[in-house]
Amino acid sequence: MSAHAADAAIPHTVEPHPVTGLPNGKFGIWLFLASEVMLFGALFSSYVLIRTQAAHWPPEGGLSSEILNVPLATLNTAVLITSSITMVLAWASCKLGRIDRFRLWMGATIGLSFVFLVVKYFEYTHKFHDGHFPSTNNFYAIYFTLTGLHGVHVIGGIIVNTFLLTVGTRLWKTDRDHFTNRVENAGLYWHFVDLVWIFLFPSLYLL
Amino acid sequence: MAETADHSSPEEFKKHLGKYYVVFVALLCLTAITVGVSYLKLNRPLAIAVALVIASVKAGMVAAVFMHLISEKKVIYAVLILTAAFFLLVLLLPSFTVFESVAV
Repeated sequence: MSAHAADAAIPHTVEPHPVTGLPNGKFGIWLFLASEVMLFGALFSSYVLIRTQAAHWPPEGGLSSEILNVPLATLNTAVLITSSITMVLAWASCKLGRIDRFRLWMGATIGLSFVFLVVKYFEYTHKFHDGHFPSTNNFYAIYFTLTGLHGVHVIGGIIVNTFLLTVGTRLWKTDRDHFTNRVENAGLYWHFVDLVWIFLFPSLYLL
Repeated sequence: MAETADHSSPEEFKKHLGKYYVVFVALLCLTAITVGVSYLKLNRPLAIAVALVIASVKAGMVAAVFMHLISEKKVIYAVLILTAAFFLLVLLLPSFTVFESVAV
């Protein structure tokens, strides 16, 4: 079997599949994102249900914007938006054949992802310090579940992007178009993570 | 065959980069607006409507430009229409159960 390993390459990594008109990786990542919409959608739906059925929201009184740290979350929104443009510029650099620029932009994307997590860490530890946990009430349960799941997605993005920036870059030497498509697919995922936060931020912090 | 219509040469492709910066600035401005509006302490239904409209515009820009949905293959649109339909169903599902419990 190993003799055929070289022939058993996954097809349609660069040239489009005749049925979809897309490289398989891109079609695959969109199907994955569709499942992600349902994952976050189900939790968002739960949030809407719990909130509309609650006598007061947040249950402890006051406003969400007084309980959660709006300036830090605004900063994090700007950080994620910036990481989205650095991600798209990393892909564009590949398209233009500039692997040096790709390293710069991808490094910036990963750096900004860590900034987001560090800010989130401060937000969480502050809440824990004040004795607020997911079990405190429905408000904190929803807050920690949604932002926690989103944070896990940020960590996932960091892992994939770090792979592309380090050992994954080897593919650039043998197949530039294939590598560029991988960066594009990682980008689609990353923009989705940004997109989820765009909805989470006003829903949880501002309303 | 692998070549797509929107970026045939590096020079041509470079011209498209400007729109990424435009969207980037627009997203930052809309973030500032949505935070600013929250300080106006509008009544809740209006505040929710304004925040969700702004978020939808931002999400639309990310999807259309950063994720290139503005010029994507039909099969992706088909997948997303199906996803949107199921997402709406999931959003509306609780309201069906609420009506039921009220009726009992």
